[in-house]
Amino acid sequence: MLLLGFGLNPGTALTDSLVTNALLALACSFISNNLQYYLPKNERYWYILFVSLGLSGLILLASKGILVPLLGAKTGDNNYALFFSRSWPVRFDIIFLQMGCMTILSVLWYSSEEEQQNLQRRADAERLSREAELTKLRQQFAPHFLFNSLNSISALVGRQPEEARKMIQQLSDFLRGNLRRDDQQWVLLSVELQYLELYLAIEKVRFGHRLSTVIDHDLPSLDMRLPPMLLQPIVENAIKFGLYDTTEPVTISISARAEDHFVRITVQNPFDPETSRPTKGTGFGLSSIQRRLYLLFARADLLETRIEGCLFTTTVKIPQLSIPYTTNADNKISLTNNNDL
Amino acid sequence: MIKAIIIDDEPLARLIVREYLQAYPEITVVQECGDGFEGIKAIQQHHPDLLFLDIQMPKINGFEMLELVEEPPAVIFTTAFDEYAIRAFETHAVDYLLKPFNKQRFDKAIRKWLDQHALAQAAAVRTATNPPAAENPPVSPNPGPMDAPRLTTETGSASEPVRNSRENTRVLLDTAGYSPLQQHRVVVKTGGKIKIIPVEDIHYLEASDDYVKIHTHNGAFLKNKTMSYFEKVLDAAQFVRTHRSYILNVQQVTRIDPYEKDGHLCILQSGAQVPVSKAGYVKLKAVLGL
Repeated sequence: MLLLGFGLNPGTALTDSLVTNALLALACSFISNNLQYYLPKNERYWYILFVSLGLSGLILLASKGILVPLLGAKTGDNNYALFFSRSWPVRFDIIFLQMGCMTILSVLWYSSEEEQQNLQRRADAERLSREAELTKLRQQFAPHFLFNSLNSISALVGRQPEEARKMIQQLSDFLRGNLRRDDQQWVLLSVELQYLELYLAIEKVRFGHRLSTVIDHDLPSLDMRLPPMLLQPIVENAIKFGLYDTTEPVTISISARAEDHFVRITVQNPFDPETSRPTKGTGFGLSSIQRRLYLLFARADLLETRIEGCLFTTTVKIPQLSIPYTTNADNKISLTNNNDL
Repeated sequence: MIKAIIIDDEPLARLIVREYLQAYPEITVVQECGDGFEGIKAIQQHHPDLLFLDIQMPKINGFEMLELVEEPPAVIFTTAFDEYAIRAFETHAVDYLLKPFNKQRFDKAIRKWLDQHALAQAAAVRTATNPPAAENPPVSPNPGPMDAPRLTTETGSASEPVRNSRENTRVLLDTAGYSPLQQHRVVVKTGGKIKIIPVEDIHYLEASDDYVKIHTHNGAFLKNKTMSYFEKVLDAAQFVRTHRSYILNVQQVTRIDPYEKDGHLCILQSGAQVPVSKAGYVKLKAVLGL
């Protein structure tokens, strides 16, 4: 259109613009293709500028090489050649501007795409490492427990074979439960408590009359859910503290209460404030619980410990993630997949 | 009669040792104990020849208990500790039995000890009757069913194993100090009572003849260990040997004053003054980051 204003006939103008634009399109696709595979680093944008300038020059030369012989031969005079040599700075500017725009657009487009891929990759890596860490944290159960239990069974075999058989059964159920659990499925508190009782029964055989336990819970808490293998290390820790920090008989109390959007579980054990500093290091058992809770809920305030006289109390609150979204249609999904949160 | 004491906090674990011991009528179990405190009392009362000792027990563990016994007897450890954790001690204890252990493994440990015990007794008899160059073949005072034949084969290298059992127990305890089990507390006996001192309660340590005096806010306690033992065992980021005879807890330091020509004096929160030698001052500055 512009070319018409310069007094060229429509045919010439059309051919001119077609050829020029075709060349331009070719160069643009070349550049954008290139950038798809090679994105310059931040400091190297001058490189793009040079490429654009160079390509613009090439297009100009090519269009001259094609158009001047072609149109000049057609019209048979020198007008067109003259026109071209006069108009080349304007052509160059326009071509360069278009090239520049195209280049910048492609750079932006591809770098945002790359950014997104990076984010995706990082998220994947984080998820994987979190899963691995969670698995590791879950599996750190004490070999002590296993070997001492086996030793107890070995002692029972001679005199009380029935008791020995019973304990083998309990130990197997416990180990099987331990193997079967994975973080994909949250468990009902009622199930977790049954499992805990199995564990406590074994410990009671080991420690005889020194160990007694009290478990109490309210009804609604039984239907609440918690990540598997979270409660057990807390109880393990309480037993370890209680049994190894005093020489007297030990009572471990476990209680569960339902609250708004939470189930609150409290584990209590005696200890000797003279010799232990449970506040200082939370002990291996508890620091790994803290870490796990953080990985699961991104909160550091779910585990609390308290000391009253000779009693050490561990309180853990498990958010019930499904409850705030009860109106939501995908409630079921969020219930089973809430470890992703 | 050989006197033995079983110390384990799990009743069934004691039961199984007692049961296995029924095959050895010459060994009598004089007492069973559920923790280290009872254990110390029983050892003082009965002076046993042999201990079956668990490591993980209430309040004080097996090693700490042994430290508090003046003349520790020979020890066979019975423990669920994994092999890796106990490997450091294996050369020093008479033996260690990893729970659960069977009768064969138990018999092996007993036989090993019976050999050592017989040799030690024979040596004692030998030195008592006709001192240096006695050619008497050692006589086993307790000819158990299986030790007699082995005894004769081992008398050739007698002098080494003689000092074994008890000496071993002592070496063992120095090794055990390096285990993480014991680096966070020190167990002492004071006026017949046992006290567990968490290391953060220690203000400073002072050499005192064959003992080390442990100063805390509850007073000072003696422990029959060496300064170099504590220097190695205690956390070097918290405890600095500032002087040949002093190790101090850097968290207790309030002030450091120059003292005499080359030395310094550390003033602790308790007001105590701890000498710092020239070399000690360099170490102290490094730990405090000065």
